[in-house]
Amino acid sequence: MTRYLTTTALALSMIGTAAMAEPVKVGMITTLSGGGASLGIDTRDGFMLAVEEAGNPELEVVIEDDQQKPEVAVQLSDKMIQSENADVLTGIVWSNLAMAVVPGATRQGKFYLSTNAAPSQLAGKGCHENYFSVSYQNDNLHEAAGQYATDEGYARTFIMAPNYPAGQDSLSGFKRFYEGEVASEVYTQLGQTDYAAEIAQIRDSGADALFFFLPGGMGISFMKQWAEAGIDMPVVGPAFSFSQDILPAIGEAAVGVKNTAQWSPDLDNEANKAFVAGFEEKYDRLPSLYAAQGYDTARLLLSAMETADVSDSDAFREAIRAAEFDSVRGDFAFGPNQHPVQDIYVREVISEDGTLTNRIVATAMEDRGDAYAEECSM
Amino acid sequence: MLLLIEQLLNGLQSGLMLFLMAAGLTLVFGVMGLINLAHGSLYMVGAFACAGVAAATGSFWLGLAASIAAAAAAGAIVEVAVIRRLYARDHLDQVLATFALILIISEGTRWLYGSFPLYLNVPPSLSGSVILPGGIQYSLFRLAIIGVGLLVAVGLFLLIGKTRIGVQVRAGEADREMIAALGVDIGRLYTLVFALGAALAGMAGALVGTIQSVQVGMGEPVLILAFVVIVIGGIGSIKGALIGALLVGLTDTMGRVLLPSVFDLFMETSAATSMGAALASMAIYILMALVLLVKPGGLFGARA
Repeated sequence: MTRYLTTTALALSMIGTAAMAEPVKVGMITTLSGGGASLGIDTRDGFMLAVEEAGNPELEVVIEDDQQKPEVAVQLSDKMIQSENADVLTGIVWSNLAMAVVPGATRQGKFYLSTNAAPSQLAGKGCHENYFSVSYQNDNLHEAAGQYATDEGYARTFIMAPNYPAGQDSLSGFKRFYEGEVASEVYTQLGQTDYAAEIAQIRDSGADALFFFLPGGMGISFMKQWAEAGIDMPVVGPAFSFSQDILPAIGEAAVGVKNTAQWSPDLDNEANKAFVAGFEEKYDRLPSLYAAQGYDTARLLLSAMETADVSDSDAFREAIRAAEFDSVRGDFAFGPNQHPVQDIYVREVISEDGTLTNRIVATAMEDRGDAYAEECSM
Repeated sequence: MLLLIEQLLNGLQSGLMLFLMAAGLTLVFGVMGLINLAHGSLYMVGAFACAGVAAATGSFWLGLAASIAAAAAAGAIVEVAVIRRLYARDHLDQVLATFALILIISEGTRWLYGSFPLYLNVPPSLSGSVILPGGIQYSLFRLAIIGVGLLVAVGLFLLIGKTRIGVQVRAGEADREMIAALGVDIGRLYTLVFALGAALAGMAGALVGTIQSVQVGMGEPVLILAFVVIVIGGIGSIKGALIGALLVGLTDTMGRVLLPSVFDLFMETSAATSMGAALASMAIYILMALVLLVKPGGLFGARA
């Protein structure tokens, strides 16, 4: 029956009664296998939830697995653009993959809507009129953590991140808004899983707080070992190490930790309530930050399809820039470099009926844009 | 000073866990002449079995037993089904086939357990930390890991040096055809050695998974380190694996701690930490290159 209706709708649109109904093809490139798969799976599931809810027959999504490898992502993007003829690309989780794909795709006139990765290079000098970040600019959550540490009056903070571009951005983002003294600054190896040496240094440093950015499995390892060490020190970090996809693996060790994010499952607005309930019902688990970002990206795209044809790039770009959709984050707008201007919250990990989740305890920054908008000439 | 001793303990602990991985790898390579890239997958199998059983029964110890059993069983099955056909082939075929095994085992694990990392934590009886003589506060579980590592090392030396199976293993290393001609069931011996190596890897996976993260793909980074260890120690030598593992564990830990402070003496702090961390990540490979320069067959390599 639904199929029949869809066909009818398609047929009607071809006759031309619905002027705005030109099909849009989305190529989603995300990580669905290997160690980072949970992030890509949540991105996809959030995105597809919005697509199914909207039930717009004009939207077609092709999904491919990048295996978290830049060279695979580039091949997939070529395939999406050349043989699939996609209009819009999206879904990349990792900044190094985004750097490999986005400049080429936008140069070929395709739109790229970022569900997560938003490296500084693409926000500043490398900004492009066809590139939109729906998530944040990479530094944002770290900046908010710095602001929070300042607000809390932490005098000496020990800061730590992996030694790669996003890690270096993280520490400089934190320091941009932190007014106390940095007790010590440590770079760990990317993919490192044992933190005994660093934990001993933290204990020895005389710091009164710890800031760390260790995404994915690195964060799980660190938090478990940190809890074992029994050091009594407040911990703050970006949401990546405390997102719903990995919280169950960290366990009770995460309870009480403050983390910064532009979204939280308890955020009080209608769109978010519907999203959290819909996600739980469909997938039988709580949504993560990545799922929320995927969901918002799809809803943004659907809202643009309501008002413009994708074949008219300028009109479609304007429609995306207007961001006329109900974001699960509440207020949402794009800044001059097409990155979000939004509130960033401080969340606390809590245990609710045996399930670990996050709840908002403070607002770290209001209407925060990013540090690179001025360098973007668009 | 106390901090330095604590870091030495950390290096010792990570070295001993590497030894559990490297021991199986070096035995398999030494005795059967097989390069087994799937050794890291057996490490992952151990961790997942431990997490799965611990979650179902609530007992970490049952999980640990299950990890050893599951990895040994997986090892034996893999040996009989796939590896056995590879002994006579050249190393390139072995690398290809065992790389395929990595992919199959990874996606199989994902199919069974899902894509999200699993929960596995230190049992209550071993959680928290103790004060060592001299006032060093150290994690009880890590101390237990050091103890287990040392026990396994002693056990392996006794097994290889003093038992009949050990004699056969050493003979197999020296001359495969001759030992078969003498009436030893070489097929069974190979399966046994492979399962033993797998069991050690599985146990390491469970112990390390307890303080790190249990997720698909966790075995590959460790596999690379284990190869570095056996190259340094000399292929086929258990003693070499032990010394190599301790060298790698200590070099890695001390490098991470000391190099940034060394650079700090003559550089700006931010650049020093970044530079120190970068050099620290190379330290073990520099060590390997130096060892190979002086002793091309590794420290205790038979075939120099």
